Amino acid sequence: MSPIVQGILTILIGVGGCVGYFYASNLILDKVFFPPQEDNPGRNINRANMVRPWLFLFPAMFALSLYLLYPVIGSFWRSLFNRAGDEFIGLGNYTALAADTTFQTAFLNNFLWMLVVPAASTFLGLLVAQLTDRIKWGNIAKSLIFMPMAISFVGASLIWKFVYANNPDIGLINALRFFFGAEEALDVLQLRFWNNFFLMVILIWIQTGFAMVILSAALRGIPEETIEAAIIDGANPFQVFFKIKVPQIMGTIVVVWTTITILVLKVFDIVYTMTGGNFGTEILPSYMMSYMFRDDGRATAVAFVIMIIVLPVMIWNIRQARAEMR
Amino acid sequence: MDNIAGTKSSLTWAVHISVAALVILWLIPTIGLLVSSFRDRDQITAQGWWASPLPVVQNFAVKAEGDPEERDGLFVLEGNVFGTDGSGEVQRFGGRRAAPDAFEPGVLGELTRDRTLMVQANGDYIYTSPAEIKRAPSIYFASATPPEFSLANYEQIMSSDGMDRAFINTLTVTIPATIIPILIAAFAAYALAWMEFPGRGLLIALVVGLLVVPLQLALVPMLKLHNQMGVGQSFLGIWMAHTGFGLPLAIYLLRNYMVGLPRDIIESAKVDGATDFQVFTKIVLPLSFPALASFAIFQFLWTWNDLLVAKVFLPSNSESWVMTVKIADDLLGSRGGDWGILAAAAFISIAIPLIVFFTMQRYLVRGLLAGSVK
Repeated sequence: MSPIVQGILTILIGVGGCVGYFYASNLILDKVFFPPQEDNPGRNINRANMVRPWLFLFPAMFALSLYLLYPVIGSFWRSLFNRAGDEFIGLGNYTALAADTTFQTAFLNNFLWMLVVPAASTFLGLLVAQLTDRIKWGNIAKSLIFMPMAISFVGASLIWKFVYANNPDIGLINALRFFFGAEEALDVLQLRFWNNFFLMVILIWIQTGFAMVILSAALRGIPEETIEAAIIDGANPFQVFFKIKVPQIMGTIVVVWTTITILVLKVFDIVYTMTGGNFGTEILPSYMMSYMFRDDGRATAVAFVIMIIVLPVMIWNIRQARAEMR
Repeated sequence: MDNIAGTKSSLTWAVHISVAALVILWLIPTIGLLVSSFRDRDQITAQGWWASPLPVVQNFAVKAEGDPEERDGLFVLEGNVFGTDGSGEVQRFGGRRAAPDAFEPGVLGELTRDRTLMVQANGDYIYTSPAEIKRAPSIYFASATPPEFSLANYEQIMSSDGMDRAFINTLTVTIPATIIPILIAAFAAYALAWMEFPGRGLLIALVVGLLVVPLQLALVPMLKLHNQMGVGQSFLGIWMAHTGFGLPLAIYLLRNYMVGLPRDIIESAKVDGATDFQVFTKIVLPLSFPALASFAIFQFLWTWNDLLVAKVFLPSNSESWVMTVKIADDLLGSRGGDWGILAAAAFISIAIPLIVFFTMQRYLVRGLLAGSVK
């Protein structure tokens, strides 16, 4: 069966199945289990309304627990076993990781990414948001800077492969170097340590638009009076920006910053496409993929390390959400 | 802000210029890719794309074919490097591969063993040798060719390199993986937003927590489970996986939106005797269209652009490659130096997301704001 036919069938079965499930289960609940016209209609309606939320929730909760909740436990459990999965080795995978120099490199690089990418994206996003706020064609400018968000990490990597190409007739970087008098072409992706930053540029290029959109909305939400008052008191534009605006949107800045930080821990595509983790550019997600299909124990151990790094953000998010609901 | 007294016009100019600079900086890489995808492959390596509207100086080699004439004790070959019906302008020429641009046109170039070669700017050449010419000698010359733009790279990548197959695979993965989670999530979001039941707060917190769970955790256990279930690595498997991974964001976005719907509409419908199912399908779902669209765009872009899930949950044979896998695992390896092909392939893979992006940006922005500023 060709994948297209299979796809159309899946859409039909999936959509039909969902609608059918929700419709039929509600119907059965009202007509068979707790029909309101029996001897005790009030009690039956109440009972039906106690069950109904769970009918609505069941498919989503089932899929969530299967695809996201179970793996947290499943991965941790698997990471305690050896490569073949038949021998319990406790924390053996983790100690092996700690001793592996590639893992150490990946860990340090990831740390570097987590420092640089969110900071640079947030800063640039804030800069663009503030600058475009004042000009007429600001929306066009924003839309163009936002555009890389739509491009896949693989596509973005290819775009930047052109920029970094080791040939002054292809790559802009080397063309600029030759323009300023360099003699030899330089492969920036093989430049130890600094190549990490050239890879980070790609993610910053993508994420600046995201930061810009959110911070721009936050800037617009600042009460006008505070700014007017500052200007009347003689504040210059820079003081208005740093002393009045930034403190008021600090909450949003933190949200943008953490969102990008989480993203940095998940993106393996850029490193995979650009260098394959060679030349000392490995990061945790790409390091994990190098073990995927080869050593599940080691791969799940790396995934769990990523999970542990994400954990503080997760707890903070949940606390925010709960505080909001009250 | 423009109407506030004290805004200096010099500063406004600085703002205009710096925004223009940033926009150009942001666009240049993509423009480079787009321009390169239309260029002739040899021209790409001969000259940067930023100079692509200009003629390209390329090196060529031709064999001086024909019967040598004997004149004054020398064997002489005459002809034109551009052939009988071509034309062009020779800028440099040479007689050896090692020095293909040794001489100016019109200069008598002296080669080894007393042989000479002279090429005129219009391509006419005279080759002389004191010894008999047994093999046709090579003439090297540099000539400016006009810039060539064509769809040749696209034709090649779509016809012989299997990108068409990958395109269809991507589409096949994306569409069910976008539609199905919306439906499942909408019902759950309604329950979390408008139904009272014990444990609701806990479930919302759970969804918020699951938003940041790294996908990497799910890869090994879920692939194993798929194999045990008999789904294995297949399209069915990747649809299920994308559905599961997309649900937290879907529920979160939709619930945030539905909670904001006016309470009196929903309550008056219930007073009039509508069941929850009717309230949901007749009132809440149509009113939530903007949020549904936001999430649909998110999920579409995410599944279209995904590499990780496709690498793990789809079979690794070439019939099942989606475009990202095709580019990352196949083209970059086998055609690593073929920039025209790579550019065309990359552009095919980003064209649809870009169209979606520019036509539905409003919804995307709204979704981003609903998902983050809270």
